[in-house]
Amino acid sequence: MEHNQSWPMRAANPIIGSVAAIGAWAIHAVQTMGDFGCFFLSIVYRTFTGLNRRTIRELFIQMYEMGTLSIPVVMLGGGFIGAVLAVEAYPQFKAIGAGNRVGSVIVISVVKQIGPVLTAVMLAGRLGGSMTAELGTMRVTEQIDALRVMAADPVRTLVVPRVLACIIMTPVLTVFSDSIGILGGWLISVGVEGVRNYPFWHYAQTGMDMFTVYVGLIKAFFFGLVISTIACYKGFRCGNGAQGVGRACTESFVAGFCVILLANFILAVMLNNIYVMLWPNQPSIL
Amino acid sequence: MSITSANSSDVPVIRFENVHKRFGSLVVLNGVDLDIPADQTTVVIGPSGTGKSVLLKHIVGLLRPDSGHVYFHGRRIDNLPEKEFEPIRKRFGFLFQQSALFDSMDVGENIAFPLRQEGGISETQIIETIHEKLSIVGLAASERKMPADLSGGQRKRVALARAMAMNPEVLLYDEPTTGLDPIRADVINELILKLQKQFKVTGIVVTHDMASAFKVADHIVMLLHGKIVFRGTADEIRTCPDPEVQRFIQGRASEAELGALDRL
Repeated sequence: MEHNQSWPMRAANPIIGSVAAIGAWAIHAVQTMGDFGCFFLSIVYRTFTGLNRRTIRELFIQMYEMGTLSIPVVMLGGGFIGAVLAVEAYPQFKAIGAGNRVGSVIVISVVKQIGPVLTAVMLAGRLGGSMTAELGTMRVTEQIDALRVMAADPVRTLVVPRVLACIIMTPVLTVFSDSIGILGGWLISVGVEGVRNYPFWHYAQTGMDMFTVYVGLIKAFFFGLVISTIACYKGFRCGNGAQGVGRACTESFVAGFCVILLANFILAVMLNNIYVMLWPNQPSIL
Repeated sequence: MSITSANSSDVPVIRFENVHKRFGSLVVLNGVDLDIPADQTTVVIGPSGTGKSVLLKHIVGLLRPDSGHVYFHGRRIDNLPEKEFEPIRKRFGFLFQQSALFDSMDVGENIAFPLRQEGGISETQIIETIHEKLSIVGLAASERKMPADLSGGQRKRVALARAMAMNPEVLLYDEPTTGLDPIRADVINELILKLQKQFKVTGIVVTHDMASAFKVADHIVMLLHGKIVFRGTADEIRTCPDPEVQRFIQGRASEAELGALDRL
């Protein structure tokens, strides 16, 4: 690695230098992807080969820390987003004489898109950062080496419970965020803008079906997987010292954030195609 | 408290054979050949950054050599897969440089960790072991304390109690006295001596603290530039003619090292 990174600096020809720099970056990117792939497979393997009592105990601790303690922040974020949606959307709907239908757009946006993505982004900041910092500090202070010396597999002991807790709790938190988001939208639409209760809830209900709910929850499941695997990977591979841990936390959040947005796009296209396959006569829901 | 197995034979407990290790372009071990005899304490000395800790980590498979072999009781271990290494690791205790106590657990839980990991040990036995090991290191009443509430010396002693929990055959000490005041350091030295005498533990101590080295060593090995440059007893190293060795044990910087100061 050091060899690859150092020699472009010495290249006399600037063209060769830049090509070499791109090459070095590409090699680094492929190596990181491969390394992450191996790390991911090792998590999958250990999840399905013997969860011991310690892992289960740690799983519940993590579910409490990641899930229960995240409820307030997730609900706060969800509530305001729902409210803002109503504030922005209602005048547009009113202008075309369809102010009563504002409920449908709020519900669909919150349940399918904004709820899962916003929850995931908040969790990437809150959980991703703390997971990377905790595991990174454990690595820097030799605690992960100590686990290995005591014949305790670090991935099984530390990573598996965190990943499982995150993929279980992200959909749960998304439900909280969605619910409060819809209530926020209702509060503004009905309480401030003067939409009546019946049309609001009627159109909110007709605007979505169970598939819409599943779309949101399936996304949340994958976002939970993305946040936790990236955060644990960055923690396990972090550099030395406080600077190394700090940098790993930043990288963990940025990488998590980018992959959440990318995964959201891919999942939206895939789930829409599935919907079209299952119900070919219905209009696309994307 | 039976700790050692048949070790009166000529086979060394640990043998390094032409071990090389590099990190990127940095060569750390450059052909290390070393035998560690049973029931004695071998001290590995050398300047910081010469790969002493790296050498120690090869013994328990935390690092694997780029080339060369590592043997444990005559059995090659450097090529073992992680799963097969686990039973071998249980025969070692490792005192980490930074103690490596688990922050989220109290002292008792830290010591109980390897025992619970092993499984099949009753809670009564685990509690007995915690009390026994804590009293050996002189911290009998600290079971419920959190690692963050302990001083550096106490953390080292708790880490030593944890390393001893499984009654290991070999104890590896990575800079056990670094960062401690001379009195606390001496407590650790006495503990190392006590473990070796009382329980016949084979010890490998990595240090650059010469007072500690002379006190605990049956054998001293000096690592310099990735190679073993000296092996012998404490008396032999004092009379070793090699100027590099003498400079190190007397703590004298070379002309070249001092030259940098002249430019200030």
